[in-house]
Amino acid sequence: MTQNSNLWLIPLLPLAGAAVNGVFGRRLSKTAITSIALAFCGAAFLLALKVALGFSSSEAPYSFDLAHWIRAGDFQADFSFYLDQLSLVMLLVVTGVGFLIHIYSVGYMAEDDGYYRFMSYLNLFMFFMLTLVLAKNYLLMFIGWEGVGLASYLLIGFWFTKDSAAAAGKKAFIVNRIGDFGFMIALFLMIQHFHSLDFTTVFAQVAGKATETAGVGLLTSIGLLLMVGAAGKSAQIPLYVWLPDAMEGPTPVSALIHAATMVTAGVYMVARSHVIFEHAPGALTVVAVIGTLTALFAATIGIAQTDIKKVLAYSTISQLGYMFMACGVAAFSAGIFHLMTHAFFKGLLFLAAGSVIHGVGGEQDMRKMGGLRKHMPVTFWTMTIATFAIAGIPPLAGFFSKDEILWMAYISPHGSWIFWLIGVVTAFITSFYMFRLWFMTFFGEYRGAAGGDTHGHGNHGSEHGHGEPHESPWVMLGPLVILAVLSFVGGWVNIHHGFDLFLSPVFRSHAAVVQLKALTTQESSQLEARDRLELAFTGISVAVGFLGLFLAWLLYHKRRDLPEKIAISLGDLCHAVVNKYYVDELYASVFIKPLVEGSTVILWKGVDQGMIDATVNNAASEARHVSDNVRHMQSGNLRSYAGWIAAGGAAVIAYMVWMGVR
Amino acid sequence: MTIPLSYYLLLSGILFVCGVLGFLIKRNIITIFMSIELMLNGVNLSFVAFAAHWHALSGQVFVFFVMVVAAAEAAVGLAIIIAVYRTRETLNVDQVNLLKL
Repeated sequence: MTQNSNLWLIPLLPLAGAAVNGVFGRRLSKTAITSIALAFCGAAFLLALKVALGFSSSEAPYSFDLAHWIRAGDFQADFSFYLDQLSLVMLLVVTGVGFLIHIYSVGYMAEDDGYYRFMSYLNLFMFFMLTLVLAKNYLLMFIGWEGVGLASYLLIGFWFTKDSAAAAGKKAFIVNRIGDFGFMIALFLMIQHFHSLDFTTVFAQVAGKATETAGVGLLTSIGLLLMVGAAGKSAQIPLYVWLPDAMEGPTPVSALIHAATMVTAGVYMVARSHVIFEHAPGALTVVAVIGTLTALFAATIGIAQTDIKKVLAYSTISQLGYMFMACGVAAFSAGIFHLMTHAFFKGLLFLAAGSVIHGVGGEQDMRKMGGLRKHMPVTFWTMTIATFAIAGIPPLAGFFSKDEILWMAYISPHGSWIFWLIGVVTAFITSFYMFRLWFMTFFGEYRGAAGGDTHGHGNHGSEHGHGEPHESPWVMLGPLVILAVLSFVGGWVNIHHGFDLFLSPVFRSHAAVVQLKALTTQESSQLEARDRLELAFTGISVAVGFLGLFLAWLLYHKRRDLPEKIAISLGDLCHAVVNKYYVDELYASVFIKPLVEGSTVILWKGVDQGMIDATVNNAASEARHVSDNVRHMQSGNLRSYAGWIAAGGAAVIAYMVWMGVR
Repeated sequence: MTIPLSYYLLLSGILFVCGVLGFLIKRNIITIFMSIELMLNGVNLSFVAFAAHWHALSGQVFVFFVMVVAAAEAAVGLAIIIAVYRTRETLNVDQVNLLKL
């Protein structure tokens, strides 16, 4: 296949852009920086499109070895790229959404002093993300995995002069480190038992093993450890705490990294490792339970947030929970489908929120917005599409993917009605808080200060220090419109399970489940009952979507005095939700405080100061004491020198005599 | 009759010890200087005594060398002593305890 030779260019193009902008960006003009960043990223996107057009399922998977890397004994890991249906979907999502967000950033970050730095980081992120999705072995994937973590750290802390941004960057990095620890141990186990990290080699060996039905065996351990890694990167319980804080970064970053692409890396990794998980039902169940709990838990927190980006952040965590729920019931293609539609509508939501923040002069508190429908019509309509999409209203993208996850959660052999029920409740909450955001931001009358005097966002607020909210420039609105179209039609690809069938060569055993639904040759009565049930379920999920819309309309548009009364009557529960269930405080007192105290008392004061420093210091002062005493020999007094010489001579003679006697 | 070797060695030892004691006890630089000569000659005596005892010339040759060095040393030493006396106006070693004039 001729395209194979181009595959390695796709990740390397953004790297070149990052290098040029990173090294020379300070001296280049803004136009030059823009064109370099967009050209390299756009070239990667066009190349990905070309690869996609030439993709034929019968010839997949393609692989391309760029160079040898590690060869030690029977272990080897190379710079090899791999393209199958799964990586193709990821490739298109990452380059497509990534390119749109690059364009958007040109407008959003135009006034920032660190413009070249920002563009360089964005390109760098693209490089690592593409390495992650195109890698042919776990080790190269891990490079991308760590690299996107680095890019995420750099971009969260982009406004590093702000303490909270710097702290948020560190928090994201450290929490991810915990997850990466699990991932690495999983890799070590693979090396030990399979002598390889190559996907095809490992999966072929795993496929030959028996399914672990009881107890925690090798495959279950690997699966659970991989899930630890995925929970870190994809912000699942218990490692989700970094993502809400990551909203300190510029909004395009939140859209690209913390909504559309990087946080879905965990889902991709679990889907990629589906062979391992399918042979370890225990690990699969853990994935499903974590995903389901996270979906519900984060959604409830989202209800009470007032920062527009925080709502979206918890919404992202919740939607990622859906994806893990799908993976956990072995409906991997449903998870990837939701990953794709989520990339569209959540990317759009964040970009639209960025446009809103831009328009009102850096304000992020929804209580100070309102009535922006009139001021920002394009932003309003695109955000409306995204909101309806995430709420699961047909025929928008979110409806198809979420509905399929809920259905699979019920019908899959690994599923259960509990997953479905929690999923539906979460869908209702999702719809409610999203429409709450929608009503609070765009309806009613403008509640912001006329001065637009919030300068929380770097140089941003000061540039727009005038009263009237205004619509954003077209360089920002263009990506919004394109993503809105994708959010609208993105779900249609799976109407006749087209998407599932496309991915089925990757998830071979899952294909059986799809065939169950697609084949009409079975007993028609059973199948009819099934179809009716599916239809009923679809009806329920649409109904809860509208119910959320109605409730939000009632509470945040019609009767705006009600939420406060409800909050008062709920009392402590409401406080707990507003304070995010005190999870950060819990972590602080259970993990961080003992760690800090222990480090201070034992490691710092005890070991470092008490042992290491003390050894050096005491050795030096002891040497000084001894020298201080010995120094008196050097008196300058001739006769005392002579005395020392005579005494020394006498001692030597005495020694020799004594030795001679013996 | 010949004088036994041990007599020479005993005398040599006594001379040497006298030199050492003089060196340690006396304060006058001239006396100390003379004590050094005493030690050197004590050693010289043992050299020649052994040379005579073993009928070997090397001991006597060695003595010549010691004498030459001692003469040179005396010349330099006395010059230093004169220099010290000119600046310090004393020959007491306890007062000459800085390694400079």
